[in-house]
Amino acid sequence: MNAPAEVLLAPELRRALIADLRAALPATAVLAEAEELHPYECDGLSAYRRLPAVAVLPESVEQVQAVLRVCREHGVPVVPRGAGTGLSGGALPLSNGVLLGLARFNRILAIDPDNRIARVQPGVRNLAISEAAAVHGLYYAPDPSSQIACSIGGNVAENSGGVHCLKYGLTVHNVLGIKMLTMDGELLELGGASLDGPGYDLLALMTGSEGLLGIVIEVTVRLLPKPERTQVLLAAYASVEQAGEAVAAIIANGIIPAGLEMMDNPAIRAAEDFVHAGYPVEAEAILLCELDGTNAEVSEAIMGVRELLLQSGATEVRTATDEAQRQKFWAGRKGAFPAVGRISPDYYCMDGTIPRQHLGRVLKRIAQLSGEYGLKVANVFHAGDGNLHPLILFDANREGELERAEAFGTAILDLCVAVGGTVTGEHGIGIEKLAPMCSQFGAAELEQFHALKAAFDPAGLLNPGKAVPTLHRCAEFGRMHVQGGELRFPELPRF
Amino acid sequence: MTDRTRELAEQVRQAGIQRTPLCIRGGGSKAFHGRNSQGEPLEMAGHAGVVSYEPTELVITARAGTPLTEIEALLAEHNQVLPFEPPHFGAGATLGGMLAAGLSGPRRPWSGSVRDAVLGVKILNGRGEPLGFGGQVMKNVAGYDVSRLMAGSLGTLGVILETSIKVLPRPAASLTLVQELDAARAARRVLDLGRQPLPLSGSLYHAGRLWLRLCGGEQGVAAARQSIGGEVVQVPVWQAVRDHALPFFQTESPLWRLSLPAAAPDPALPGDILTEWGGAQRWLVSDAAPEAIRTRVQALGGHATWFRGHPPDGAVFHPLPAPLLALHRAVKQALDPLGLFNPGRLYPEL
Repeated sequence: MNAPAEVLLAPELRRALIADLRAALPATAVLAEAEELHPYECDGLSAYRRLPAVAVLPESVEQVQAVLRVCREHGVPVVPRGAGTGLSGGALPLSNGVLLGLARFNRILAIDPDNRIARVQPGVRNLAISEAAAVHGLYYAPDPSSQIACSIGGNVAENSGGVHCLKYGLTVHNVLGIKMLTMDGELLELGGASLDGPGYDLLALMTGSEGLLGIVIEVTVRLLPKPERTQVLLAAYASVEQAGEAVAAIIANGIIPAGLEMMDNPAIRAAEDFVHAGYPVEAEAILLCELDGTNAEVSEAIMGVRELLLQSGATEVRTATDEAQRQKFWAGRKGAFPAVGRISPDYYCMDGTIPRQHLGRVLKRIAQLSGEYGLKVANVFHAGDGNLHPLILFDANREGELERAEAFGTAILDLCVAVGGTVTGEHGIGIEKLAPMCSQFGAAELEQFHALKAAFDPAGLLNPGKAVPTLHRCAEFGRMHVQGGELRFPELPRF
Repeated sequence: MTDRTRELAEQVRQAGIQRTPLCIRGGGSKAFHGRNSQGEPLEMAGHAGVVSYEPTELVITARAGTPLTEIEALLAEHNQVLPFEPPHFGAGATLGGMLAAGLSGPRRPWSGSVRDAVLGVKILNGRGEPLGFGGQVMKNVAGYDVSRLMAGSLGTLGVILETSIKVLPRPAASLTLVQELDAARAARRVLDLGRQPLPLSGSLYHAGRLWLRLCGGEQGVAAARQSIGGEVVQVPVWQAVRDHALPFFQTESPLWRLSLPAAAPDPALPGDILTEWGGAQRWLVSDAAPEAIRTRVQALGGHATWFRGHPPDGAVFHPLPAPLLALHRAVKQALDPLGLFNPGRLYPEL
């Protein structure tokens, strides 16, 4: 188990904590009964579950400050939570701690079309920002697969990505400012409506800090004009190497697609059986290449990309002729995770990133490992930016398979690090990848991370035990798996 | 073309033992930037060379002392560019200095800043430990983003040894349009264009003239030119504004950099103003009192940097609220506990 050890509060301490929280907050904002706490027992990494000592749902900055004050007085840790869609256990409660739900911070405060920004509370859903900005012809670019449910505060905590990162960047590239509370209850503004702020870039440090450095209570995001036109091509290949070379060729020719996705044969077959997207099931790999921009830009780029795909040995290139077909091309890719969930009792999703040039080598090695561990694997890949999501298929009810899947996963992440990549491209460390962090970073880097954490939160009360392993814990080991296809939020696409 | 990490680390450790502050020096092209800092020089120039560059990965990794001109020339061979168009401000500009200064050029609002392009760094912390953060891949959320923290830190947090930077293809076509407009109309025009999906990559307004740059594919640029209008000019105004070579910048009076919300109104301060970045970066030549400038700019939602012509120990950067300054001190302490690196260069307290 990667989860921090269960430490229960002594009953009298818990009663005192709850009493102090009740004194500081409205009655409906403090949840202390087991049945009220169950909805908060896990995030999207549902293999790990536990109840917090108490959950609070404040709705004003003053109330959050009050929660933090009570927690400081009691020396009790705080776990912030947005929509709970995270995939690495960053919002897993601590049994001796307070779960701080920010869902009630759900107001869009301002859409400013001239400055092309939106100012929103952290509980606002990612997609709701684009919906609110649409009337001005603007949108918020980062689109994690959970965007209909995930919150912008959670996106900041995880530095969330999506399928359009190659061209439009991650959350860190699209957030201009935040208001945050430190564990001391101090209200800080980092950045704002201009393109930079004075002093250190603490906004960058906060983005992706997984709730360990501060509580985000307001976010200013950059909005972009909606592209005039979006078009997608689908190309089929007889080998994954060829598909990888096609990606390199597109970029070498100066084209930065809005999205560039790859699936291997097992993933293609699973997706096709699931959503009937019309994928070529005999192909060893398919590429989906999305282009956007003005009419003239897309017309020009699409000709070039089509030519490059054919030159790189595509056995077939299709262009979606209308929006319905574009959605259909994407449906298979977006449904790949649940599709794999249908063909295997359990699967285990990895999230490594590699320099693209090593794609062929890495996929070949993953295939070898698949043989060695006796477990099938399906690969979906954000090919443009090198973010690989191998899905390891296993059955937890069979003796030893979970352990084999975990060992297989470790081998894949070690491989990603060995070729110069990273153990997590977009899902975060949380509790899930604490062990692989130890292979990516040395002791000196990990100690530096802890020193930075202490600069923000000297008492170590904010989401302790997540994101950065202690040197002591580097000896320990564990992995995520999805039980019986029981992914939380099964209705959300995963890609 | 050598790796001097060991010598540099040894120099930092010695400085720590003797409690001697260090002034980290690259090419010296941005020595004017920031406050005066006293200490033993730590020379980065010899720690140079491109470590890796794979054009189709869109990433270049090089040591801090590598001249920026060398990086840009290498990228040009492969038809690629640093999309944030870093100012050089002199012949000796280095990659490390570029990151430490954190300054970006005309294309910044449309293609991101230096900080946006940073993928990874190697640094020496105040204990002389070589540390690596981030990496060479675009998507990487393992650990705190120390790489981007280095951007604009002016060497006060660590010795930048090496960095990996995201690059982009050079746009196939680029052209500059100019039109005569009064300031209010130009500001409105730029905001209106900014709300449309156009291949804009530069805006500059000064003394009644608005320059706009378009970058992208041939057809996309041609179509946008039709819809925007104006006269095509061949004068390379963008590099001149980037490096402050325009006559506007040749002045003895103080030069201020105002970072403002794009749509913020004219701050109406005495002096001459040149507007870039679709309104988000404005250069002000003014003898007005620093306090007056800062108060006004802050009221408009921005901050002001006394860029040139400040006293050596003056308040160059916009003052921070006390709790934020306290956090800055704690962050500095975490990386440079003995306060060795460029003391006072950013703020007197750091």
